[in-house]
Amino acid sequence: MYKEYLTVSNIVGPLVIVEKIEDVKYGELVEIESGDGLFRRGSVLDVSTEKAIVQVFEGTFGLDVDKSRVRFLGRSQQLGVSEEIIGRIFDGSGRPKDRGPQIIAKKMLDITGSPINPDARDYPSEFIQTGISTIDGMNPLVRGQKLPLFSGSGLPHARIAAQIARQAAVLGKEEKFAVVFGGMGITFEEANFFIEDFRNTGALERAVLFLNLANEPPIERIATPRLALTCAEYLAFDLDMHVLVILVDMTFYAEALREISAARKEIPGRRGYPGYLYTDLASMYERAGRIKGKKGSITLIPILTMPEDDKTHPIADLTGYITEGQIMLSREIHRKGIYAPIDVLPSLSRLKDKGIGEGKTREDHADVLNQLFACYARGKEARELALILGEAALMDIDKLYLSFAGLFEDEFVRQGEFESRSIINTLDLGWKLLHTIPRKELKRIRPEYLEKYYSEEK
Amino acid sequence: MKQGKIIRVAGPLVVASECLGAKMYDMVKISELGLIGEIIELKEDMAFIQVYEDTTGIGPEEPVFLTGKPLSVELGPGLIGSIYDGIQRPLDVIRSQKGDFVTRGIELPPLDREKKWNFLPLVKQGQEVSPGDFLGEVEETPLVKHRIMVPYGSAGKIVEIKKGKFSIEEIVARIQTENGLKEMKMYQTWSIRKNREVYERLMPEEPLTTGQRVLDTLFPIAKGGTACVPGPFGSGKTVVQHQLAKWSDAQIIVFVACGERGNEVADLLLSFPDLKDPHTGRPLMERTIIIANTSNMPVAAREASIYTGMTLAEYYRDMGYSVALMADSSSRWAEALREISGRMEEMPGEEGYPAYLASRIAEFYERAGKVICLGSDRRMGALSVIGAVSPPGGDLSDPVVQSTLKVVKVFWALDDKLANMRHFPAINWLLSYSLYIENIKGFLKNQVAEDFIAIRQETMQLLEEESELQEIARLVGVESLSERERLILESSRSIREDFLHQNAFHPQDTYTSLRKQYLMLRTIIHFHHQGLRALEEGRSLDEIVNLEVREKISKMKFLPEEDSDMLEIYIEVDNTFKKLLQSKE
Ligand SMILES: Nc1ncnc2c1ncn2[C@@H]1O[C@H](COP(=O)(O)OP(=O)(O)OP(=O)(O)O)[C@@H](O)[C@H]1O
Ligand SMILES: Nc1ncnc2c1ncn2[C@@H]1O[C@H](COP(=O)(O)OP(=O)(O)O)[C@@H](O)[C@H]1O
Ligand SMILES: [Mg+2]
Ligand SMILES: [Mg+2]
Repeated sequence: MYKEYLTVSNIVGPLVIVEKIEDVKYGELVEIESGDGLFRRGSVLDVSTEKAIVQVFEGTFGLDVDKSRVRFLGRSQQLGVSEEIIGRIFDGSGRPKDRGPQIIAKKMLDITGSPINPDARDYPSEFIQTGISTIDGMNPLVRGQKLPLFSGSGLPHARIAAQIARQAAVLGKEEKFAVVFGGMGITFEEANFFIEDFRNTGALERAVLFLNLANEPPIERIATPRLALTCAEYLAFDLDMHVLVILVDMTFYAEALREISAARKEIPGRRGYPGYLYTDLASMYERAGRIKGKKGSITLIPILTMPEDDKTHPIADLTGYITEGQIMLSREIHRKGIYAPIDVLPSLSRLKDKGIGEGKTREDHADVLNQLFACYARGKEARELALILGEAALMDIDKLYLSFAGLFEDEFVRQGEFESRSIINTLDLGWKLLHTIPRKELKRIRPEYLEKYYSEEK
Repeated sequence: MKQGKIIRVAGPLVVASECLGAKMYDMVKISELGLIGEIIELKEDMAFIQVYEDTTGIGPEEPVFLTGKPLSVELGPGLIGSIYDGIQRPLDVIRSQKGDFVTRGIELPPLDREKKWNFLPLVKQGQEVSPGDFLGEVEETPLVKHRIMVPYGSAGKIVEIKKGKFSIEEIVARIQTENGLKEMKMYQTWSIRKNREVYERLMPEEPLTTGQRVLDTLFPIAKGGTACVPGPFGSGKTVVQHQLAKWSDAQIIVFVACGERGNEVADLLLSFPDLKDPHTGRPLMERTIIIANTSNMPVAAREASIYTGMTLAEYYRDMGYSVALMADSSSRWAEALREISGRMEEMPGEEGYPAYLASRIAEFYERAGKVICLGSDRRMGALSVIGAVSPPGGDLSDPVVQSTLKVVKVFWALDDKLANMRHFPAINWLLSYSLYIENIKGFLKNQVAEDFIAIRQETMQLLEEESELQEIARLVGVESLSERERLILESSRSIREDFLHQNAFHPQDTYTSLRKQYLMLRTIIHFHHQGLRALEEGRSLDEIVNLEVREKISKMKFLPEEDSDMLEIYIEVDNTFKKLLQSKE
């Protein structure tokens, strides 16, 4: 039914070039049958009257020029969805991986999606309590936000992400929710960690997983997060669910993109990543959000490992430019044996302001948060000075700040992997630490809150 | 309509043959879907087209329709309060007709064709008019009188002028010109790539006040001036731009959200109708136009969006308004330029950007300025432009930053370290500069206070000294500094924490008038002077820094705008020191 071409002229890296083609469209889905009868899929990256450049998701290993048969399928890559998708595990291309049946699709959705009209967006403002003080207290997450974890190799980002998935709740609400998980290039063990954790908490029944493992074709990773987000859009905006999407590891995704770009001999941007990496990442991250008049929402937590812990590395840098803040893990805090090793200073939640305060968390939240930041920053400065000059050379007030920084890490940052602190507990803990600093130093807190929460006796 | 044929599709770039006769920057429509594109290169009969919509599903052999007209915007009543995409399609109308997601091939007029406006004539029959003269006006919003101007290129005698309610397609005037009778409607069109004509350029001499203390007092921008805000992610570029859009004393705001976050646009859209302009008390939306081409919308339209915004801004400047345009972020525009250039296989310059990057940036900022507008009344208008720049890794050697710094006069350097400490606005006071101080000195002295400039100067100097003293303290310890030097450190800390630090999300702190800024800073400097004197008189530093009045100084920012409160604290500083000096040692 589709015209077949035997005109492959060139195979480079993940790309196949097909000549003498007719009626081929940009972005079209392609099926390639190799000499040994295996099927692979790909999509058209560039098409002219003479030839089409096709990226092959499964890679080109074992493909040949003379026997490969190419069919253009007249549509772009799609995901078939229905309610049945919930609780299932798929591979990185959307085929069932759990020995379950094929999904009987109620709807076929293009995996690239369409941009949400900015005029249709509702501003995220519902506080999500994750039970982790450094997030809830200092960098609060709200429903519909995209907030990545910036990690490094060997840091416990998986445990933190699982803890968030386990504990996340909107105060005072019981609503339909689901977890969608996209794994790109992660190890079997890491994938298994999430599956087991979801299973133990019962979340697996409300989860959908798309897994492309480390030994699976890298180019497939281009599709995996898009499948996950397409599924999330269906759950959120068709089925009214609150969806938490976790994507690990965006670094492997970006590397796959770089591989294609290099094969096309495009002019590389920084560190060889293509100049359109920003746009490409944005086309996924921006699918998170809320829509006016819709009940559901998509909250997105992408995880990436920064090569050499460098946050100016293009993947982290461009992600930070798109997402609504970032949670930064710290090797230094991790080395001190503190879990969850989150460095609050370079972390940020851009959407916190409308999610906290009276009626949402507590009236004093914003002020306490600002004050804790200021005190901890000054404490760390004092720590640096003390390193050079010795603690004795510090002024009295700086000594107080120095000890504050230590207390902050030890009591506020440190918490159990299965400990869920309520936001009230988190704020009270903040006040407890602030009591070690003289009142007149607390300039970021409104007098009325000092009056109410800062008692001189403590 | 003439028609070409597609021979290649590569993302946002389409190449078509059989396009002889097409002109550079003509608008074209692609395939039966009618996707909008613009010709950016011509080679023999081939046209290279950047397409403003997603090209998935488009292929060779499909038609390209040549409109023969440049990509243009519509200028007329109904712009204010609108939200447009990068090529002036009304996103609110698109949403109500097509749903929550932006689909392709949508063709909708930017201006409402049905709405009737009350047209009041400002000319009489028989009067001679030339380009820029007001034919009449309509009340576009309670804040904006929209002047209907004689379009560029038309001049002659008014043969007919109407009065009453009309839609923009109806004729409101007829002019007898050299080339015959011309019918005037309330709207005109203008190519986005061409700047609108002015009579004469002038030097800016008045500050654009923003209510942001670090900007207005230390690094002011002038009305008709240019500024840039570079910084790494999360350093506060967008908040600075939003604050300017909210509180600056321009009459019209054009906000271009270029390749940034959808939720930031939602924030503007949801908050502006409720926020009140501090100068007029009216909702901010009544003076604002939003152009939104967020990062997930088609990349080529991002390139066009800042020109679309600029042309709308120039149009209101031409009416004699003071207009401010914010572009967040110009880096995304430059990246769009780079992406298209890369697909056309042009020779790349620095970091892969095309060689013409610097000249495009310069051309863009040069469209700002204070001017005498066209029109026989010689009215003045101003267009101020503030661009955010997002360099990779926050590295200021980035070509977009460097090319921008060559043309703009104000540099607000955002600093990662300050942002991490939550010192906002995270504007580094040692790196930033404004080249308008000389121009606006006179204004500040006359309108705010005679000693404003002197106090500002002293503040800058204290901050300078602070950084030197800190360096010494880091090496050999604070103990080695004299009490006088340590007072300088304390006073600078007070300047930073009590004055420069400004929380955009605190209802009172978010905006400070120039007058209050002056009173606050004067009090802080006064304390410093008194402190120096007390040291000379043999008082200890501890006595000085522990004075109760310092807590009041730190709360000044939360006080309402009344002069009296600030003056009271000033007097209290006096009295406190008097008491201190009188007390026994
Ligand atoms: N794989 C590559 N192929 C061709 N050119 C490259 C490649 N990687 C980088 N470049 C070029 O080298 C330039 C510098 O690269 P990059 O920014 O990665 O270096 P860097 O180590 O970060 O340097 P610096 O820290 O001094 O900025 C890039 O802008 C790009 O033009
Ligand atoms: N003046 C300010 N007052 C309070 N918070 C601010 C201020 N400026 C920036 N911020 C904080 O910094 C965050 C990042 O600012 P934003 O302007 O979005 O950064 P950028 O555009 O540079 O990425 C904001 O979400 C806000 O929390
Ligand atoms: Mg570099
Ligand atoms: Mg921003």
